[in-house]
Amino acid sequence: MSTLVLVLLTGIGLGALYFLVASGLSLIYGLMHVLNFAHGAFLTLGAFMGFEVARRLDSTSWWAFAVSILVGGLVGAGVAALTELALIRPLYERHIEQVLVTVGLAFAAVALYEGIWGSDPIYIQAPAWMRETTGVLGAQVPNTYWVLMAAATALLISLVVFLRYTRFGTIIRAGVENRAMVTALGIDVRTAFLLVFAIGGSAAGVGGVLAAHYTGYVSAHLGSTLLIFAFIVTVIGGLGSLPGAAIASVMVAVLQQFANYYLGGTGDIIVVVALAGVLLVRPSGLLGRRFA
Amino acid sequence: MSTILEVEGLHASINGQQVVEDVSFTVPATGITAVLGRNGVGKTSTLRAILGLIDRGGEVRLAGERIDGLRTHRIVRKGVGYVPEDREVFGSLTVEENLQLAVRQRQPRRELVDALFPDLVQRRRQMAGTLSGGQQQMVSLARALINDNRLLLVDEPTKGLAPLIVDQVADALEEASATVPILLVEQNLEVVRRLATDAIVISGGRVVHTGRAADILGDEELTHRLLGVGVAPATGGAR
Repeated sequence: MSTLVLVLLTGIGLGALYFLVASGLSLIYGLMHVLNFAHGAFLTLGAFMGFEVARRLDSTSWWAFAVSILVGGLVGAGVAALTELALIRPLYERHIEQVLVTVGLAFAAVALYEGIWGSDPIYIQAPAWMRETTGVLGAQVPNTYWVLMAAATALLISLVVFLRYTRFGTIIRAGVENRAMVTALGIDVRTAFLLVFAIGGSAAGVGGVLAAHYTGYVSAHLGSTLLIFAFIVTVIGGLGSLPGAAIASVMVAVLQQFANYYLGGTGDIIVVVALAGVLLVRPSGLLGRRFA
Repeated sequence: MSTILEVEGLHASINGQQVVEDVSFTVPATGITAVLGRNGVGKTSTLRAILGLIDRGGEVRLAGERIDGLRTHRIVRKGVGYVPEDREVFGSLTVEENLQLAVRQRQPRRELVDALFPDLVQRRRQMAGTLSGGQQQMVSLARALINDNRLLLVDEPTKGLAPLIVDQVADALEEASATVPILLVEQNLEVVRRLATDAIVISGGRVVHTGRAADILGDEELTHRLLGVGVAPATGGAR
């Protein structure tokens, strides 16, 4: 029983991390139809900058942890906004070129990070509580997972409130449905594009700091590894669907954890099989709009 | 008579395919000007080109000011309202959110919109995607009428609607035209006959006739030749 609970809860925690990355991907694709392969680079930079700030304060204090989260989010938002302005905006409606430029940026960013921080993982420290566990029905769950769940829940609630109750949120929802008509109402949809990129980058930056605490280290490849699973959950959830991304994140991660534990470490293979299954049965994903 | 819109040598393409060849016309500053023509001659594309929704060239002036180099949202902010073909309401947004999204001025014309479309008042919280076609058309019209525009571009507002709803839409357009000039693409010639003062006929991506709407629609031979409707006059032979 305790093993079952442990696998389930760590699966949900991992799903929370996936959602932190996938939410931005999903929002960006939903509004702009851009598959952003540079999203992992935003995450990695957020992780490195969070690490740099935390180690200058006191890595084991909550204060340093909170500041590192803030810095990770701000750096992610900033670099994502710059990417949108400098690289994506000049290529509007040229989707293949946009994909290519984000792929190029992703590769260049990894090389840059390796140049600055080296290619070896840098192990990080955390507040004492985050290195401990909490007992739930006999299972000892690492506390980092609770932080991941809290962060993902806060992000989901914030995004839902933002999308539902603010004018920009309404513009984004309308833009996901019919971008041309939004401009035909006199709204500069490019502002919404910039905002969505910044929000996605911010979530990735925060996700980067938390991913570093999840793995125990930062490395230039941190974002690339997570990006693969984030894309998988985005596709399974339905490209452009935020609730779909949330549901798929948890489903995929729980499935992955169970397969890893009970099927001899086959989690990654099972996830790919699940992706293939969803694409065959429901190509638009769980909550995505059906292709015409 | 003063003009609100001047279009000179307008041409436009969609995915490299020329859909508007060389269109020139003017729209008077009052009343409704109908854009007529057979299916697929470029009427909708002309409206979309004026608004910058498709690649276009040529000159477009709104009240004397060039707008052909502007992006769509800037043209709209200059005071051009747009009611697209097929309504294009945001189905996942409520009626109220659709209207709020369209508001560009501090004091929107709420009273006018509520008076024209009382049915929408009680459906404010309903998802626009769950409305009937007629109700969606009212939302689409309301989005354009909620601002003080200088010109409305209205594309086939009665398409696919029941006769009763067609009358309601025509009533709304008639009332709106008292305060704002309208460039109207419409296939329903009864509606055109009732509403339009002037008419432009497009064929093959070009303007082939302009004049008073009543004169064009009152000439059976002309109507048949330009629009392909009605019975060809017995005399005159094949055309």
